[in-house]
Amino acid sequence: MSEDKYYRSLTRSIVLIIIVVSCTPLLLIAAIAGYQFQTAYKHKVMDHLAALVERHRENIDSFLREKLADIRVIGSIYSPEQLSDERVLENLLQSLQEHHGGTFVDLGFVNEEGVQVAYAGPFKLRRVNYADAQWFLRAMSNPYTISDVFLGVRGLPHFIVAIRVGGDGASWILRSTIDFVHFNRLVENLRVGKTGHAVIINRDGELQTQSVDKPALLPEKFVELFEGRPEQTISLMPGEGLSAPPGYESFRLERHPDVKIFEDRNPTTHSETIYLATVLKNGDWILVFQQSVHDAFRDLYEARSITVGLIILSACMIGGMAVYLARRTVKRIVQADREKEMMNEQIIEAGKLASVGELAAGIAHEINNPVAIMVEEAGWVEDLLEELRAESTETLEEVRRALTQIKTQGARCKEITHKLLSFARRTDPKVQVVSINELVQEVVGLSEQRARFANIRIRTHLTPELPPIAVSPSEMQQVLLNLINNAIDAMERKGGAIDITTRLEDGFLVVDVADTGEGIPKANLQRIFDPFFTTKPVGKGTGLGLSICYGIVKKMGGDITVNSAVGLGTTFHIHLPVAGGGSLAASEPDR
Amino acid sequence: MKDIRVMLVDDEVPFVDTMTKRLTKRGLDVVTAFSGAEALEKLDGMKGVDVVVLDVKMPGMDGIETLREIKSRFPLLEVIMLTGHATVETAIEGMKLGAHDYLMKPCDIEELLGKVKEARDKKARHEQKIIEAKAQSIVLRRGD
Repeated sequence: MSEDKYYRSLTRSIVLIIIVVSCTPLLLIAAIAGYQFQTAYKHKVMDHLAALVERHRENIDSFLREKLADIRVIGSIYSPEQLSDERVLENLLQSLQEHHGGTFVDLGFVNEEGVQVAYAGPFKLRRVNYADAQWFLRAMSNPYTISDVFLGVRGLPHFIVAIRVGGDGASWILRSTIDFVHFNRLVENLRVGKTGHAVIINRDGELQTQSVDKPALLPEKFVELFEGRPEQTISLMPGEGLSAPPGYESFRLERHPDVKIFEDRNPTTHSETIYLATVLKNGDWILVFQQSVHDAFRDLYEARSITVGLIILSACMIGGMAVYLARRTVKRIVQADREKEMMNEQIIEAGKLASVGELAAGIAHEINNPVAIMVEEAGWVEDLLEELRAESTETLEEVRRALTQIKTQGARCKEITHKLLSFARRTDPKVQVVSINELVQEVVGLSEQRARFANIRIRTHLTPELPPIAVSPSEMQQVLLNLINNAIDAMERKGGAIDITTRLEDGFLVVDVADTGEGIPKANLQRIFDPFFTTKPVGKGTGLGLSICYGIVKKMGGDITVNSAVGLGTTFHIHLPVAGGGSLAASEPDR
Repeated sequence: MKDIRVMLVDDEVPFVDTMTKRLTKRGLDVVTAFSGAEALEKLDGMKGVDVVVLDVKMPGMDGIETLREIKSRFPLLEVIMLTGHATVETAIEGMKLGAHDYLMKPCDIEELLGKVKEARDKKARHEQKIIEAKAQSIVLRRGD
């Protein structure tokens, strides 16, 4: 259970490491490149917009200047007397309209009192008194004037270009109305994207142009803003002529020093708008370009969402990959751990054998002496009995039987201790290069006699020309004899057959010893190589045979495995490494 | 048979006792010792021991050491090693050092008897040869 937990946490940490290691550079690159790109792009956009605004300002200014210049030319060429003549005005208007399209709507000549003494144009404005009109007041104090847009007498938006004409103390005003539609077009042309458009406002915050779009900010407020009186809702960074709103500090529009930039966030809709403003008409008017931030940086936002999408996609892929890799790695680790565990078990098994071997040797040696004494004593009593031959035959026979029994059991003890000792220390561990087939035949020859008594046939299936193996022949014989004896024991009641096969498999020599006996129950199968494990009746087996075999085969660098089916029989497989050119035998010192 | 004098050397006193009884009953002249040192001491002061039956594993001076000492002091004396199974290799080593043979404990009395006789015969043969050689040398000297 805790192992599962360990592997799960291992999986988790591998997944985390992979994700962190792979995603960190990705995110860093995305963040850095994204920031750089955003800055550059914003700078470029703002630069472009500022250039656009500046160009339009120049256009509008030059438009106004041009119109003013035309009127001034007229004012300087014609005398007030001539200008008071409506026919002259008519002619002038006609030629102006010829050269400037419909820009000049009318021409009027106004005296000091504000009365229009002469008029040429589509409206009947003769004798109209302009004494109270703002433009008139301004015109009287300035050599030339361009008025704000106003509705005036005719009730249509228009503005007036006026100059003061005259000498001798008397002042006349020559005025002309500029076609508003024509002028408006100049501003309307300034359109960028979906929401970017321009308006002109005067210093009082009155709109000087008509616009399809409603301005996001009240013109009055904008003037305040432009004048440098920031309101709470307006984010404005005061600067020297040029202000950079938050987020725009990084770029300074050095090439367009007359353009101010603001940013405003509508607190209710959270929509952000950027404003670019510049002054017109000697500072009377302000040209304001406005565009929603989202619109202005649409491409940037699109690129950003694509990037974010890509990053999310890659992160998902990395995550998936990490999980897959981690699972696979941990699976391998689990497998490796299992293999290690199995190895450990084998080592424990080997260690068990070795320690049992040592213990057995010690005990056997110690027991040998008392057994020897007992046997000798029994022998001595027997010797003594020889002398008492004649007396009381019956008792004598009984004593003799008891002695025989003692001797027999002593002999059994001796056999057990000898086996134990051979288990601990093999008598002849000298390694030689031998042919496995010859060994098998020798052993079969030894066992055949016993097998015949038990009605068992031993059949050999030997693959010819097998490579030689480097083993101790006596040990190998011991192993084979043990297996054959076990097989015979397993079939003693019913008889049967033992098949011994030698073959080559995966670079190992394999000897199979198969019997047709009763098989080994599954519960016993795991314990058959344990020392002292036996199913034979007391006195018949020591339980050491197979563990001796196991120890010998393992020591040779081989392996011994068993397949068994209850009722069908048992097969032992001995895997032995092929001799490496007989070097083992050569290096073995001669004893 | 009476003419064979055997020395039994083993630290197991009951074993030596019983063996002595049995071998004596079979007509052997048995001398006993319970350690290597004792054996050497007795051999020094005693003439006519033919065969030593020597246990390999003894406390103090072990069988191999004792054997080496016996062989250096009494080269003609035949030794039979008596061994537990675990010390067979030592016994074989002993044979390389000049022991006549080895026996495994618990040993069969008849087998022991046979080996003792063999050893005695071998010793007798050796002595015979030595006598002959001596006679020859005398003969040769006389011929000078």
